[in-house]
Amino acid sequence: MEKDSQVLSGADIFFECLKREKVEYIFGYPGGAVLKLYEHLYDVDFLKHILVRHEQGAVHMAEGYAKASGKVGVVLVTSGPGATNTVTGIADAYMDSVPIVVFTGQVPSHLIGNDAFQEADIVGITRPITKHNFLVRNINELALTIRKAFFIAATGRPGPVVVDLPKDVINSKTKFEYPVDVDLRGYKPIYKGHTNQIKKAAEIISKSKRPLLYVGGGVIMSGGTNELALLARENKFPVTMTLQGLGAFPGTDDLSLGMLGMHGTYWANQAVNNCDLLISLGARFDDRVTGRLDTFATKAFKIHVDIDPTCIDKNVIVDLPIVGDVKHIMAEIAAELNSPPDTNEWLAQIKEWKKECPMHYDNDGRLRTEFVIEKISEKTKGNAVVVTDVGQHQMWTAQYFKYNYPRSNITSGGLGTMGFSVPAAIGASFAVQDRPIISISGDGGFQMNMQELITASYNKVPVKFFIINNSFLGMVRQWQELFHAEKYSFTDLRASNPDFMKVGEAFNIESYSTENPNEVDSLLDKAFSINDRPVLIEFKVVKEDMVFPMVPSGGSISDMIVKRLNPKRMT
Amino acid sequence: MKHTISILVENHFGAFDRVATMFSGKGFNIRSISIGETEIEEISRMTIVTEGDDQIIDQVVKQLNRLIDTIKVVDLSDVPRIERELALIKVTMNKGSMEEIKNINDIFRGNIVDITNKTMTLEITGPPDKVDAAINVLSPFGIKELARSGVVAIKRGEQSKIVKKQNLS
Repeated sequence: MEKDSQVLSGADIFFECLKREKVEYIFGYPGGAVLKLYEHLYDVDFLKHILVRHEQGAVHMAEGYAKASGKVGVVLVTSGPGATNTVTGIADAYMDSVPIVVFTGQVPSHLIGNDAFQEADIVGITRPITKHNFLVRNINELALTIRKAFFIAATGRPGPVVVDLPKDVINSKTKFEYPVDVDLRGYKPIYKGHTNQIKKAAEIISKSKRPLLYVGGGVIMSGGTNELALLARENKFPVTMTLQGLGAFPGTDDLSLGMLGMHGTYWANQAVNNCDLLISLGARFDDRVTGRLDTFATKAFKIHVDIDPTCIDKNVIVDLPIVGDVKHIMAEIAAELNSPPDTNEWLAQIKEWKKECPMHYDNDGRLRTEFVIEKISEKTKGNAVVVTDVGQHQMWTAQYFKYNYPRSNITSGGLGTMGFSVPAAIGASFAVQDRPIISISGDGGFQMNMQELITASYNKVPVKFFIINNSFLGMVRQWQELFHAEKYSFTDLRASNPDFMKVGEAFNIESYSTENPNEVDSLLDKAFSINDRPVLIEFKVVKEDMVFPMVPSGGSISDMIVKRLNPKRMT
Repeated sequence: MKHTISILVENHFGAFDRVATMFSGKGFNIRSISIGETEIEEISRMTIVTEGDDQIIDQVVKQLNRLIDTIKVVDLSDVPRIERELALIKVTMNKGSMEEIKNINDIFRGNIVDITNKTMTLEITGPPDKVDAAINVLSPFGIKELARSGVVAIKRGEQSKIVKKQNLS
């Protein structure tokens, strides 16, 4: 290309590298240490910079963009507070394996360590929450470091990478050479599954009677949803998904058991407990999935497919590990599987469990979250990008929204970051134009990043901001009711919530509110008819509802609570 | 059970810190740690003595492998190896005990590296259990100061080339 071998400034090299990485959007906020980059950005036309209102919002937007598109999300912030404000977002991306690259400004090299103005050791701070991070100490390393950052973020098990850019590095000049190939001797992700292990897996599957596919976010990240559908449907294997796995397999398919774990369906959890073969595909046996480890899937032979070797035998000791790319391994297993087991009896048993304890919520004429979510699911036929926050509404959405497509479910799972949904939905809206983008938040989480509403309205992104307002920090309230002597300590927001209609108005967003179930249909129709700007709807729901079923933290399936009064203990 | 883990890391800024951060972040134990240059300029060797059951050690090795800056990770506990540690032991001494401390030093094939009217400083080298034994025997005299290097270790036999990370599947 025309700029190769030319002497360029650090800022020029920075944007030249982003161009080669095909970056379309940067989510950022200017400041002293990155002024030179913003000076150049002013004339850059191959990408769009989205100005946020808080750096945490920028990172969640990059996450939303990355999760919706499968591409790397990019953030640019200044040094010191700009950098430290990104920490929560980076930790979130690390827990949920989201590929993002965060560029942070840094004080000039000679001032590092001097407690200079707006100095923070962001490389030190983010070391335990990044896949890798870099401090660029010399302009000659800049291009290669940026190339490495994108490579590391996107390959293997994806994750966040921080690149810290001292001001003097960006200001100095060097001959630009773009490193096309990057070879890191310490980083060789394993994609190809071990052939013998795959053969063995196929053998064991054909001998099983009650197999269960336990699917995590890895299947979506690997782009393996077609392979999963084939493996499950050809052989009639039931599929249960983790929170991040929802969307990997159609929620409306008869073979889908929905989510498993703490707030999973009764039948999915019964299936886990009674299967004789558990095939984990890109999932990590998180504590919210397993509950008490010594009672988890005790009858099952366990196959674990994961690209990250550290996930294997971390929480649950498995019988047959396969390290590699789950997409290809599923295809190879399916190809090896000559005589699949007959699962009819097993599927009939699961159907029995489904009848025994179906999902259910009260219908007394008052507005409930479950009803709202069901309506959204119906209207979109699962063909929307649904970005949830953290708490009760998140679990209800996982239970009642029938995700039918991959990359349609975006939520903060591992870290459980309140305030995720508003910015993440805005980020997703830049990646997806052909499906509605729905942000669902509770009244608590909504307030944690609502400054980004102006980013939405200024950029005219057609995000539907739905607030599920029960005037409580509902999930915490639920735990207080169940496990903390009904002391509703600082979870009651009834007297301290803002007027969300006025909030919407202040941010120039058309806003509606209802507490009437009969109005939900027309309001949703209204929201889905607006496609050139954001819209906000507040659903005032009942205050005391709890998410069921629930396996108490650290409990086993037999401790599952299915409904409120007379909590029924199930065996 | 104690394990001696040898790690080849990129000899650059922050690599040591990444390893240490991983240990503290995951709650793994470090009994001793040493780091130094190797025959290849841009590679350092860290030797870490850690403790834990099989599942923990498996995780330690995998988590170390996962770090981008680590080039090779070997649990030396499974292979024939040479382990050495150096200790500088400053022992309280008077005229009456001088000969006895000298004898102990000879038995452990140590060196006397410093002497004053009141103290004698010994340099003891060997496998960690030999160093332990020396310290044990010298304790009754009164150890004023002790510095241990941490274990360094190497595989017995022909040297293996630095190639790639362990494939765990």
